[in-house]
Amino acid sequence: MSLSLLETEDETMLRDAARGWLADNAPVAALRKMRDAGQAFDTGLWREMAAMGWSGVLVPESSGGAGMGHRAAGILAEEMGAVLAASPYLSSAVIAATALQGASEKLAAIAGGELVYALAVDEGTKHAPERASLHADRIGNGFRLSGTKVFVAEGASADRVLVLARTSGAAGDALGLTLFDIDAGRAGLSRTAKATVDSRDHAELRLEGVEATGEDVVGDVDNAMAVLAPALRAGQAGVAAEMLGVAGGAAAMTLGYLKERKQFDRTIGSFQALQHRAAHLWSELEVTASAVAHAGRMLDADPEAAEMAVSLAKARATKTADLAVREGVQMHGGIGMTDAYDIGFYMKRARVAAEWLGDYGYHAAKVAAARGF
Amino acid sequence: MSDEAARLAAFRKDIAAWIEDACPASLRGRALGEDSIVWGGKRWAFAHADQKEWFDAAVAKGMTAPMWPTEVGGAGLTRPEEKIYREEMARLNAPPPLESFGLWMLGPALLHFGTPEQKAMHLPPVVRGEIRWCQGYSEPGAGSDLANVQTRAEDMGDHWLVNGQKIWTSYADKADWIFALVRTDRSAPKHKGISFMLIDMASEGVTTRPIRLISGKSPFCETFFDNVKVPKDYGAGGSAIVGELNCGWDVAKYLLTHEREMIGGGARGLLGGRSMGEFIGSLEESVAQDPVIRAEAMALEVDSLAFALTMERYKDRAEGGKGVGDASAMLKYYGTELNKRRYELLMSASGSAGVEWDGPHGSLAPEWLRTKANSIEGGTSEVMLDILSKRVLGMPSS
Repeated sequence: MSLSLLETEDETMLRDAARGWLADNAPVAALRKMRDAGQAFDTGLWREMAAMGWSGVLVPESSGGAGMGHRAAGILAEEMGAVLAASPYLSSAVIAATALQGASEKLAAIAGGELVYALAVDEGTKHAPERASLHADRIGNGFRLSGTKVFVAEGASADRVLVLARTSGAAGDALGLTLFDIDAGRAGLSRTAKATVDSRDHAELRLEGVEATGEDVVGDVDNAMAVLAPALRAGQAGVAAEMLGVAGGAAAMTLGYLKERKQFDRTIGSFQALQHRAAHLWSELEVTASAVAHAGRMLDADPEAAEMAVSLAKARATKTADLAVREGVQMHGGIGMTDAYDIGFYMKRARVAAEWLGDYGYHAAKVAAARGF
Repeated sequence: MSDEAARLAAFRKDIAAWIEDACPASLRGRALGEDSIVWGGKRWAFAHADQKEWFDAAVAKGMTAPMWPTEVGGAGLTRPEEKIYREEMARLNAPPPLESFGLWMLGPALLHFGTPEQKAMHLPPVVRGEIRWCQGYSEPGAGSDLANVQTRAEDMGDHWLVNGQKIWTSYADKADWIFALVRTDRSAPKHKGISFMLIDMASEGVTTRPIRLISGKSPFCETFFDNVKVPKDYGAGGSAIVGELNCGWDVAKYLLTHEREMIGGGARGLLGGRSMGEFIGSLEESVAQDPVIRAEAMALEVDSLAFALTMERYKDRAEGGKGVGDASAMLKYYGTELNKRRYELLMSASGSAGVEWDGPHGSLAPEWLRTKANSIEGGTSEVMLDILSKRVLGMPSS
């Protein structure tokens, strides 16, 4: 593929604008404030992001979106990651907007920021969509859904939930799964917010005889992957971009500290042992930035062929963010261990994002499979 | 499709057809070892007729130096065209028709700093593989501290008198000419008294002595200059010095950027020319399923693919006029460390068969040992990290 990974002028403008706005409106201090108030995200902030077109980044202009594409979506996710901006951006604007392609009214509501979506896929501790066993039994013309979903991002606050359910086959079969679009307030659906280390909204969803009709089915019955796989790819590329941002934000904060902190009558950044570790981290960031840009470009150019590029990005971003936050806390020394200092927030978000939509091993194995081993 | 995209698609088709036609099937998909590389030079002997056929076809089309101007024998390809050429070469498993320090290093230096006379004299023979160059940089007392070179060139009126010793001169014993850093002003600060000089290795007083390495091979030499007379002017070929007198450090730094990108780039597509998938597939079943080996193979594949994308991104950036500059130290650092990891995996996956000098895996063992030099030659990993931390990250000097 000879896609250029360089940013276009438009992309750089989008990045600069996002960075400026986020610095003013959603710095890490905002996340801290929400955490202290027991809030997962700021709905007012999300409405402002919507007004800038971010919630409609993947929604076609004909449905009221901005139709900017996946590379642009990744740039926004990266900038949000750099300041740990909490919002339903990936769940709603990236994942749900991709799964619901063609559903014009819903897309318009997502783009307008009026409707927040969550995706409920996993049931075990690791990402494995085809292992879903939450079952949707046919009752007359409709379905009745029962089972439990875990680690649902934005699960406690979303207005609607895309629920992956088994309509036939056994856990482990890629076929026999159906994606339902359910109102979060529907009878039989209960949600338990989990207090996760990143202070974001993650919930367990319990469905006990939740009724659904054919109209609630996204795509075709027994063939959820046709609509879910593209949505997962978009989400995985998005979370990879966010993690690149998390890594970059943590690295920048750490580099700043190395240049300012004095011990032994000199700035600690003048010590070669720390310089080499910082330079190594920067190298990893550069290499990961290429993988993230490539995933976005591939999703825009040829989404069906983008699976390996997306897994490459998520695998790399997971490793790089892990390195950045570990080095970040260590190089900050004692102050890095305090709640009062921001670096710890990066470590906590990186850990959660590492697990979301497939961990390092999941995606490295996908890359290997695509490369023939 | 835009006009440009359509033109490039047509170019891809044409160049693929040319490779298919010009590169004999016997050369394709073969493991790329030291002995299958065509280096050229006055004393070069082709291994077989097919190798020469491919070389001749490439020279005739300028494809030994795809991006060099047609005036000096190159093909004058644009960056997108060259990228397509490399992609098609990789897809068709065709080996490079010619590799040399002339192509990688002297050429870029002359194209940037050379006079028209110097370009006209030296570049066409490089493209045609007639002259093989070596690089005279390091000295016993000038390794990481390269600017400390002591080999001196005294001004004798119509010629320079060169005395001193170089070390780690790759293939000096097989080269026809050397581009060397020599001290032309001993009173100036060490970076300011160096010149970049072109010297005929056949000159009286030049001797070489191969150095036996841990790999058992001797790709590097010691090179001695004992009262070597170097003409100040090669007539129509211009000056023996490239760039301004005493400004050799600028040329050297520029060249080191190229060298670092090249050494870093060597990490792609190795594994004896095979993909990781093919390599794993070739292993004994129990080894191919070994979870530790598989985990390292996966991690290496992830990092290698991402690094290859980074090489492309940096090249695109350089082409866009933005330059890579000091960040090329990252490519050198990352690529060479990856290559070493790759060979460690190859060795552990090969088990006891890998430790034979000439076993079922051919020259794997010497190649593995040779890779250890990757993170030393052209600037050590530690020097690269110094460059990155000081010049890219702006960290303070100690």
